[in-house]
Amino acid sequence: MNFDYTEEQTLLENMVTSFVRDDYDWDTRCSIVKTEEGWNEDNWKKFAELGLLGVPFEEDHGGLGGEATDIMIVMEQFGKGLVVEPYMPAIILAGGLISKLGSLDQKSSIIPEIISGDRRYVFAYAEPQSRFDLFDVKCSATIDGDNYTINGFKSVVFGAGVATHLIISARTDGDQRSKSGITLFLVDIKSDGITLQNYPTIDEYRASEVVIENLSVSKENILGELGNSYEAIEEQVDLSTIAICSEAVGILQVLKDSTNDYCKNRKQFGQPISANQAIQHRLVDMMIEYEQAKSILYMAITADHSNPDERRKATSAAKARIGKAIKFVGENAIQLHGGMGVVDEYMISHFFKRATMIGILFGNVDFHMKRYIDLTQSNIQSINEDDGINLS
Amino acid sequence: MDTAFSNEDLKFQSEVREFIANNYPKELKDSIGTKRKTGKELSRDDLMSWHKILGNHNGWSAPGWPKKYGGAEFSPTQKYIFEQECARAECQYIMPFGVNMVGPVIYTFGNDKQKAKHLPGILSGDVFWCQGYSEPGSGSDLASLKTSAVKEGDHYVVNGQKTWTTLAQHADWIFCLVRTNPDAEKPQQGISFLLIDMKTPGITVRPIKLMDGSHEVNETWFDNVRVPAENLIGQENMGWTYAKFLLAHERSGIAGVARSKKALERIKQIASAEMSYGEPLIQDPAFKSKIATAELELNSLEYTELRTLAKDSAGKGPGPESSLLKIKGTDIQQMVTELAMEAVGYYANPHLGTTLSNEYVGPDYATNLSGSYFNFRKASIYGGSNEIQRNIIAKMVLGL
Repeated sequence: MNFDYTEEQTLLENMVTSFVRDDYDWDTRCSIVKTEEGWNEDNWKKFAELGLLGVPFEEDHGGLGGEATDIMIVMEQFGKGLVVEPYMPAIILAGGLISKLGSLDQKSSIIPEIISGDRRYVFAYAEPQSRFDLFDVKCSATIDGDNYTINGFKSVVFGAGVATHLIISARTDGDQRSKSGITLFLVDIKSDGITLQNYPTIDEYRASEVVIENLSVSKENILGELGNSYEAIEEQVDLSTIAICSEAVGILQVLKDSTNDYCKNRKQFGQPISANQAIQHRLVDMMIEYEQAKSILYMAITADHSNPDERRKATSAAKARIGKAIKFVGENAIQLHGGMGVVDEYMISHFFKRATMIGILFGNVDFHMKRYIDLTQSNIQSINEDDGINLS
Repeated sequence: MDTAFSNEDLKFQSEVREFIANNYPKELKDSIGTKRKTGKELSRDDLMSWHKILGNHNGWSAPGWPKKYGGAEFSPTQKYIFEQECARAECQYIMPFGVNMVGPVIYTFGNDKQKAKHLPGILSGDVFWCQGYSEPGSGSDLASLKTSAVKEGDHYVVNGQKTWTTLAQHADWIFCLVRTNPDAEKPQQGISFLLIDMKTPGITVRPIKLMDGSHEVNETWFDNVRVPAENLIGQENMGWTYAKFLLAHERSGIAGVARSKKALERIKQIASAEMSYGEPLIQDPAFKSKIATAELELNSLEYTELRTLAKDSAGKGPGPESSLLKIKGTDIQQMVTELAMEAVGYYANPHLGTTLSNEYVGPDYATNLSGSYFNFRKASIYGGSNEIQRNIIAKMVLGL
């Protein structure tokens, strides 16, 4: 048993850490989020050069064959820099779907393009009524000769504004909330029938509403089996959830450490505010929440992802628990920064906003608590007469 | 990162499991089970017989002690597995006072004569130890303690009062922090570590009843108690150093993860039998959510403990993280005892096993669950209150 990184993983961590430190300092980041597109394409090229775009892909297609720990390493460091380029949406989620479901032809033509940075797919799945239910799909695809015609509306698609392609989930069969009958389509984002409404998010990332009207897609551009993609979507969303949990842990570390430093430096009544026990104990509780969040992330990273129920349980446990830590550490970071906490100008509020939005992404605390409960407490258990409560 | 046990560890796990299955006495299980159901207190035999069995088996009663002192010298991972297996089988836990507290102090700072005299009895479980630290005026501020030891020839004459002496009613020996230099510059500098035979004239033990009616702790009075000077550990006035060392050794299993896990399983059983809104309580969304909340805390804590363990195994030493384990571990114990009480509804009320009640009412599983809830308020207070633990983290980890 160990929680150490391999030599390659340590190199990867050092690489991402130096990128964030040297190429993504706070002022640089602030200028990026003010641009029209809300990203810096040169950074994407840099990711390609550094090999980061290939981390999760199979070596057969030019990737690094990374596993959950490698993704965690990248995301945690990106969290520390609030890196806004859409790495998770394009590489982990959409890239993961293509790796999981693509035919050999699709994979060998698409994945190298993703890894080189020339193409960016993002996954359009959420709809206004679906909330966090991935199977709630109204968007429809009807067959017409060799083509499908897609109509529907996709909400809050992260990174779509700078994507070259979309993966769209559409219903080819079944009721609105049926787990079967969901099909994925690969489409060029410039296709006729796709209209994007791009906007900034509260945490300065970018997302889009996607209107799909009579979009014609060839059968060849179906990703995976017809009507049978739900399980894969759920799996890739789980793995992406673990990825953003890693990002959150990176952010929580910044929130906790910065607040610690701030309290040591901020003087009131002739002494640092950290001399007050009321402040000290709050900082300790923030540190404990951070450590607990990191621990449950490690639980989720090392869980057996090949067993669907283990993967679901571990993902929901981590997302629910980390969601609570985000609220506690985030709100207290703002509180302890006082006036400096609530202004836009100082960085702490930006970390708080990003962490809070991660708390919602792919399901909030209540959603994942319920999913965890459904997976763990469905059985009535019989009383064992010999047992008891024996804590010490 | 890899959380799998090695093949060797797995082999060790089945060895422990098998040993428990073959050697944990049925009579002991029955005796403890009956007392739990009837709200009666455990006897010295109940507390010590498993210790004695382990003491006869490769030093398993002292998992962390070096082999040369008769201990098992388990690796950190083995210790973790051992604790897990004991909790899983609901074995009576080993009293910490001898094995985890005074034992390591004796073999680290004691002389050969002291080692030869005391270690075998601790290991075998024949000698029952208790701890003389707290005093009525010295709780969190332990270094302010006043119990005095004045050297007269080859004896120390001890006067004063210790309190919260856990299970002193069974104890053969007590290890005490006493003041040998009242004029030291700092209070910590005038303290010595003394071993005292509880049969020495002048010692009086008076029970303190806790709010659940249990008798776990005592007041221990010293009235001109003459203690041979050879019972001093290490050097005079160096006791605070040994006491701090002891606290660092106490950490093993401090989080109590395995036992809290087992207790949560038990609560699920109880909640399956109890009814609410015409359905088993386990199906009540509000109750389910509380169980899940406790489970997530426990999951996190388990990995925090494993991370500490991994650091420990790599020889990096645990440090003040043990304060975190103490805070969260006791938080969870309190959550769990509260959930158990809540699960049984009205049957939290009867207080059974007292002189006032010979009749037993309600389901067996409900007996004394409210008692444990009330009793476990102690957990966030003892061993350095959780506020003191926060002070330690603030100072040692956060540098505040």
